[in-house]
Amino acid sequence: KKLNISHSQITRLYSRFHSLDKGENGALSREDFQRIPELAINPLGDRIINAFFPEGEDQVNFRGFMRTLAHFRPVEDNEKNKDLTSGEPLNSRTNKLHFAFQLYDLDRDDKISRDELLQVLRMMVGVNISDEQLGSIADRTIQEADTNGDMCISFSEFTKVLEKVDVEQKMSIRFLH
Amino acid sequence: QLKAYGHPGIALARSAEEPAAPSTEDGESSHQHGGGGYRIVQWEWSYVQTPYIIASWLLVASVAKILFHFSQRFTTAVPESCMLILLGLVLGAVVLIASKKQPYQLDPGLFFLFLLPTIVGDAGYFMPARLFFDNLGAILLYAVVGTLWNAFCTGFCLYGVKMAGVIVNAGLMDFLLFGALISAVDPVAVLAVFEEVHVNETLFIIVFGESLVNDAVTVVLYKVYISFVEVGPGNVHTADYFKGIASFLIVSIGGTLVGLIFAVILAFVTRFTKKVRIIEPLFVFLLVYLAYLTAELFSLSAILSMTFCGIGCKKYVEANISQKSRTTVKYTMKTLASIAETIIFIFLGISAVDKSKWAWDTGLVVSTLIFILVFRAMGVVGQTWFLNWFRLVPLDKIDQVVMSYGGLRGAVAFALVVLLDKEQVKAKDYFVATTIVVVFFTVMFQGLTIKPLVKWLKVPRSTNRKPTINEEIHERAFDHILTAVEDIAGLNGYHHWRDKWEQFDKNYLSKLLLRKSVYHKSELWEAYQKINIRDAISVIDQGGNVLTSARLSLPSMASRTSFPEVTNVTNYLRENGSGVCLDLQVIDTVPGAKIEEELETHHVLAGNLYKPRRRYQSHYSRHFMTVGEKERQDREVFQRNMRNRLESFKSTRYKRHKKDRSQKKAIAQNWRPRLAKTDKYPAVVPVAPEEDKHDPSEPDKDDDVGITFVARKAPETPKERPKSAALDVCQSPVAAPPSPTCGEKNLPWKSGVGSLPPCVSVEATKIIPIDLQQAWNQSISSLESLASPPAPPEPQHPRVSALSRLGGPLRTPAKGKSSGSGGAGSGSNTGSPSSGQFKFPTGKEEEEEGALSQQQQEMQPLMSSLRPPPPPPPPPAAQSAGKRRNPCVYLRSLVTVPPSGAEPQSRRPTQL
Repeated sequence: KKLNISHSQITRLYSRFHSLDKGENGALSREDFQRIPELAINPLGDRIINAFFPEGEDQVNFRGFMRTLAHFRPVEDNEKNKDLTSGEPLNSRTNKLHFAFQLYDLDRDDKISRDELLQVLRMMVGVNISDEQLGSIADRTIQEADTNGDMCISFSEFTKVLEKVDVEQKMSIRFLH
Repeated sequence: QLKAYGHPGIALARSAEEPAAPSTEDGESSHQHGGGGYRIVQWEWSYVQTPYIIASWLLVASVAKILFHFSQRFTTAVPESCMLILLGLVLGAVVLIASKKQPYQLDPGLFFLFLLPTIVGDAGYFMPARLFFDNLGAILLYAVVGTLWNAFCTGFCLYGVKMAGVIVNAGLMDFLLFGALISAVDPVAVLAVFEEVHVNETLFIIVFGESLVNDAVTVVLYKVYISFVEVGPGNVHTADYFKGIASFLIVSIGGTLVGLIFAVILAFVTRFTKKVRIIEPLFVFLLVYLAYLTAELFSLSAILSMTFCGIGCKKYVEANISQKSRTTVKYTMKTLASIAETIIFIFLGISAVDKSKWAWDTGLVVSTLIFILVFRAMGVVGQTWFLNWFRLVPLDKIDQVVMSYGGLRGAVAFALVVLLDKEQVKAKDYFVATTIVVVFFTVMFQGLTIKPLVKWLKVPRSTNRKPTINEEIHERAFDHILTAVEDIAGLNGYHHWRDKWEQFDKNYLSKLLLRKSVYHKSELWEAYQKINIRDAISVIDQGGNVLTSARLSLPSMASRTSFPEVTNVTNYLRENGSGVCLDLQVIDTVPGAKIEEELETHHVLAGNLYKPRRRYQSHYSRHFMTVGEKERQDREVFQRNMRNRLESFKSTRYKRHKKDRSQKKAIAQNWRPRLAKTDKYPAVVPVAPEEDKHDPSEPDKDDDVGITFVARKAPETPKERPKSAALDVCQSPVAAPPSPTCGEKNLPWKSGVGSLPPCVSVEATKIIPIDLQQAWNQSISSLESLASPPAPPEPQHPRVSALSRLGGPLRTPAKGKSSGSGGAGSGSNTGSPSSGQFKFPTGKEEEEEGALSQQQQEMQPLMSSLRPPPPPPPPPAAQSAGKRRNPCVYLRSLVTVPPSGAEPQSRRPTQL
């Protein structure tokens, strides 16, 4: 595969894929993901599950599964150079950021509106913080990121605001080499 | 702290003043004899001698620092540590020439008991914990394996050189001992040099962490060899080597444990210092220092102990103590550490001058220098190669060069070598000389050249930059994402374990070690606040006006455009419940701040970044806390997730996995009844008989509905309730004078709330009742428009709907269908069509479905009521009260049964 994942890891993930696939039809449904106990207590669990599914579908095959996971492959040194030749790999900085961005962007209009941000904040922050406080956090967040004054965070603004963050490192998992 | 220096200081001073002291005493006594009578001025040198000398030394050191920093160009090129050593050399030479004898030495006792702990304490306390644990594997490897490698290789190779006959004659054990003490990277030197170099954080934490953690290795090796040297190499048995290994484990793990125990104690103590803020910093210093001493007491690794004490307690201590204490701790620690560092380097310089203490051997010096450099480099390269198999971000060549070159030796090695017993280690003097040279070489030569080297190699520098709120939020999201992906991929990776730890921390540790008020604060909110404060300060620094800046840079204003203008900052702050206070003291000096604070404790900031979000429950039932606390967050997230899934389930009409779903629901259902059952017990306790019929259902219902949205509001309701009571009261002549207690009497369900905080302010009840009534009506009407659009906005309505709701859950167990329709009647109509989907043939399933869908319908108005902006602004007089409470009004009347029982009662007079 062109995802640059080692053979042993593919085998490993394939068996994981199968153990998740309770319907045994070669594809995972949302329920299969929802059956993972840790995800049920992950604040962003459902959003992340959704990110595995292409728009409008509720099945994901192994290829799609791997494609999503490939976002989290660490960037290797030798890859930085060949980016230019062979398109952008899934684990590029932009794609990693885009993955995170999608979690916020529910309506897929390439903008994080205040409401969308609030929803995610509410998920992450629990319920005991007041709406006002959360609202002010959201406002500040948007104010800080927003450059064109539309009170939304576009993807380019999102990238810009995180440009100092080592996304390559913070959105990578040390598997899939 | 000065006094703490007393003991070694005395020795020091005594030795210093030996030649001078007799003469002064003579002069003094003769003076006394000669003058007689009363003297206006007395020369009391012997009385103040010790502290005087210490203070003078500190002064000299500090002034020296000032002088160095006069020349900007100079200090950027030459590290301070070099200058201090040079100064020490000069001072030492002066003293030597003056008194023909070197009285001052870096005394190991002074060093290990007082100078080192101040530096290590500072380092441990301000250690970036996340970074440290992110790189823990690398740090441990370098610290243990690397140090062992260096020690053995240096020792054996020196012995080999000796066999070749080039250097001084000493036994194998002597050389191994020397190798052990010379091979450890020194925290003081590393800190001094690296702090000025500003390499990137990862590199710094690896080298610095190594220098701290390798203490255990050094201590053990040193002790083992000393004992081997004592008994003689011939008498060492194989068992002794194993004892050495066992001793290493005990020293390192024991040291860490001692540190962690003290961390827990310290954090726990600071929970209770609210009344004695002034000594908060003292606790920090004392307990951290005690951790060090205790470890020394049991001859465990004191540096490890102190480091882990600092790392462990910081999070809790910082949260518990006041802002001012935090600043005090920070500055005191930094001051002490800086002074200790200065003294160490000056004394290193001074000690080097004393020729009587050491003996020169060029061969030994040169070969030692070569060996430590070579083996350091080899060790680093080898270990890095190994590590890079496992590291997410591999350490590249440049990093390895800096790490090899940054292996500085320092005062620890010197103090250890001075501690050697000359009787047993014959070559001590040679070792001392070599150590001095090695230390000087590493600190001065390497310290001088590392900066240009780093520049030349283009090592990524650290940016001293505070994270923005965006980064705070998104990085947290990243963490959640990674954890989820690891879970999906079935890996038990680093994020998995970190998440596990955080859960544990939230569920147990934080609960134990944090103040209640702090426990509920959200980290995100804290971060937000910090950034806000920083902005505000910078705005003020630039000559901005607080008032305008508050408007500009505190965007919380934007969210409340519907509210009347805030006239001054204090009001503004007060309104926000100190949310955006620029200075904590501002809030404290506001009259009634205590009430504010109490309130804040109860309601303003609660909740945490999804770990355990336990709500402050004692208002409902004091016993509630004991039940299922640790599951609360899990349950919350679980329920919410389930709800979302259910929604998506409904919308997609996805019926395939019916069985699986109902199973899940069964779980969700099982959780609640269990809680509800336990809740009932405390509820039976209340005094008034009439409560029995309301109260039991209250927590019950509360939980049913969801946890969540009631939770935060709950503490606010006390304010709200008396208001509504007062409102009735003012209109009815029958009622007692408006007072909180009257409110409580009128509202029977409130006496179950026994421990009402004093936040039921009389003020609230006095505010023009008409406005309040307006606010009340408005909130009710907005509630109604949200909850049941078709219903006419009449005051009685909530009672009716609430009553019908009260009927709902009672019927639920009996018949799911009817409860579903009951819920639909009073709740939103959005849920009713979908509820039809859940009528499964089996009776049991039906029940669960019904109950759940009903719960959901109740949730919907709730959730929607939270999202839209607050209702039309109430009249100005009531704004401060109405604004924040409005949401809770609908929540109350929507969610809980009690108002339904209460309102008819309290309203009856009005209607009559």
